[in-house]
Amino acid sequence: MALLEITNLHAAADGREILKGIDLTLDAGEVHAIMGPNGSGKSTLSYVLAGREGYEVTAGEVRYQGQDLLAMAPDARARAGLFLAFQYPVEIPGVSGMTFLKTALNAVRKQRGDGELDAMQFLKLVRAKAKRLEIGDEMLKRALNVGFSGGEKKRNEVLQMAVLEPTLALLDETDSGLDIDALKIVADGVNALRSPARAMLVITHYQRLLDLIVPDRVHVLAHGRIAKSGGKELALELERTGYGEFVGEAA
Amino acid sequence: MVASVETRERLRSVTDEGYKYGFVTDIDSDTAPKGLSEDIVRFISAKKSEPQWLLDWRLKAYRHWLTMPEPTWSHVRFPPIDYQDAYYYSAPKQDGPKSLDEVDPKLLETYAKLGIPLGERAALAGVAVDAVFDSVSVATTFKKKLEEKGVIFCPISEAVQKHPELVKKYMGSVVPYADNKHACLNSAVFTDGSFVYIPKGVRCPMELSTYFRINAAKTGQFERTLIIADAGAYVSYLEGCTAPMRDENQLHAAVVELIALDDAEIKYSTVQNWYPGDAEGRGGIYNFVTKRGACRGRNSKIAWTQVETGSSITWKYPSCILLGDNSVGEFYSVAVTNNCQQADTGTKMIHIGRNTRSRIISKGISAGRADNSYRGLVRILPKADGARNYTQCDSLLIGDRCGAHTVPYIESRNPTARIEHEATTSKISEDQLFYCRQRGLSQEEAVSLIVNGFCKEVLQTLPMEFAVEAQKLLGVSLEGSVG
Repeated sequence: MALLEITNLHAAADGREILKGIDLTLDAGEVHAIMGPNGSGKSTLSYVLAGREGYEVTAGEVRYQGQDLLAMAPDARARAGLFLAFQYPVEIPGVSGMTFLKTALNAVRKQRGDGELDAMQFLKLVRAKAKRLEIGDEMLKRALNVGFSGGEKKRNEVLQMAVLEPTLALLDETDSGLDIDALKIVADGVNALRSPARAMLVITHYQRLLDLIVPDRVHVLAHGRIAKSGGKELALELERTGYGEFVGEAA
Repeated sequence: MVASVETRERLRSVTDEGYKYGFVTDIDSDTAPKGLSEDIVRFISAKKSEPQWLLDWRLKAYRHWLTMPEPTWSHVRFPPIDYQDAYYYSAPKQDGPKSLDEVDPKLLETYAKLGIPLGERAALAGVAVDAVFDSVSVATTFKKKLEEKGVIFCPISEAVQKHPELVKKYMGSVVPYADNKHACLNSAVFTDGSFVYIPKGVRCPMELSTYFRINAAKTGQFERTLIIADAGAYVSYLEGCTAPMRDENQLHAAVVELIALDDAEIKYSTVQNWYPGDAEGRGGIYNFVTKRGACRGRNSKIAWTQVETGSSITWKYPSCILLGDNSVGEFYSVAVTNNCQQADTGTKMIHIGRNTRSRIISKGISAGRADNSYRGLVRILPKADGARNYTQCDSLLIGDRCGAHTVPYIESRNPTARIEHEATTSKISEDQLFYCRQRGLSQEEAVSLIVNGFCKEVLQTLPMEFAVEAQKLLGVSLEGSVG
């Protein structure tokens, strides 16, 4: 059984159809990249999978671990191991990164039947994972994402992913707004999370991220459909040729 | 949504019970007949074996009350109060449950949710105090510790008997009986409340709280509290309780007076969670409270912290009169209104002495069809050279049918004064909710987390164990407000 199986997925926002029949299968242990020009539906796909309001699924189905993913509430999806690293992480004033992580981790652990961690265990766990991402205690004490630089926000997303240990991670343009040093730190953090039990869907506009997070498969999304699929060399090819062949053609 | 219905059911079951027990028809010797008159005032005073001067004071208040108009300036709406349709003195025999086994399990669930210590749940649920764990021995231990330091902490009716000189000197000195209609009524018919005196140079060895709040909860309707910190003394007083409280009386008009002498400090924290009424606004407590502190001495300090989540109407302005040079007044407030609740709350900072400072941090949260107003006065008098005030008023809206209002009054009559006022209004965004839910938090947990973050500056001024309960309370109060 595939970990994620998307069949003929159609979705609309504000009455306009954006996804027009997506088919995609992801097995545990695999990393797939979704590339495509702006407006092709990349972010919409991640939001529909995560269950954001405002998107209407008009046809098709999504099975996650054999379950009907689209029937689950957004928080139930998260607790079942689906994680979305946001392109634009949201600010939550007054709530420290530490408090947020602890609340989230306990919600997920409760679902898995693990007990809540005590303060010491939790601190030890977070510090170990934060170190790799060059996140210090000072940053964890600050209000979540408030006044964070682009790089800090993205590192913080990867930290949350490392702590929550999802089964399926969706990374939505995690490379956007990062300089090359920050990109390396983030990619290193993501690579450390690759495991035979975990699948990742890496959404990006640019090849440069895929030099660092090398995918098993690459899909090109255009006009709400997967227009082309291939191995990692497809990304290199796109880097040379651009998306010209995929834009402008009628839907 | 399920949780919200449950909560309402729970609250409803609590108050319905309250009414059932409250309106027993047979009148025994502990209950005065319905209605308000000079006779009732005399009856109350006689019941408490009060000295003549206090009875005279009550009567003076009553006669003045008859002439006073209802205050109409606040942003709240309610039908006229029928003062004759209420009891002003009753010590109802608790027909309540004999043990926790007889208490509505749903109510106990709420207590568990709020993290109320097991020992206190029985008392809150109305189980006869004798049946509660060995509260007597706990009280005795506390009392002994306080006595060693010379701290007086007792019901105000006891203080009238044992320390009449202190009561006579200070009662009504901060809130005069003619101050406003509600305070005037309280002066005429107050039944009980707390009295605290901290002697010179003494730091009260404990928060006046935890165990004691159970007893305080029973003094209900016309409570009167008087706290005096003598020169160099310090005390932290906690009032109220996070558990939803049953009470058969709709009108609550409490008066609290604080007096801080030279170098003294009083910290007064309140968590108010009276029954807010049902989703349509029926029932619910009118909480019309007058709280005021006087910083009489040099370098004295009074800090109010309040978390107001209950009552159908809250009308409350804990204030500071900064008389002593270098004295400091602080006001930290969280007011939550949901469904049809109305709150008009804030503070008054009256700067009289030199170099007096005040700080106001107000967080209003409005959901459902509720209205939430901050109303605050900062007044700098001509002699208050170097006075400073900082005010921050933040409003958070949940949904699109509620209201938030900020009404600051600023009067400065001294050119050296420095006054700052900041105000913001924001909404919980869909983005924030989705972000939290994507991390595994339920809708209710997400709202609770965001609201607690919004209130952080105020919550962190509460004593530790109270703060934890207050955080949970904010979540429970807003259940069902989104989605």
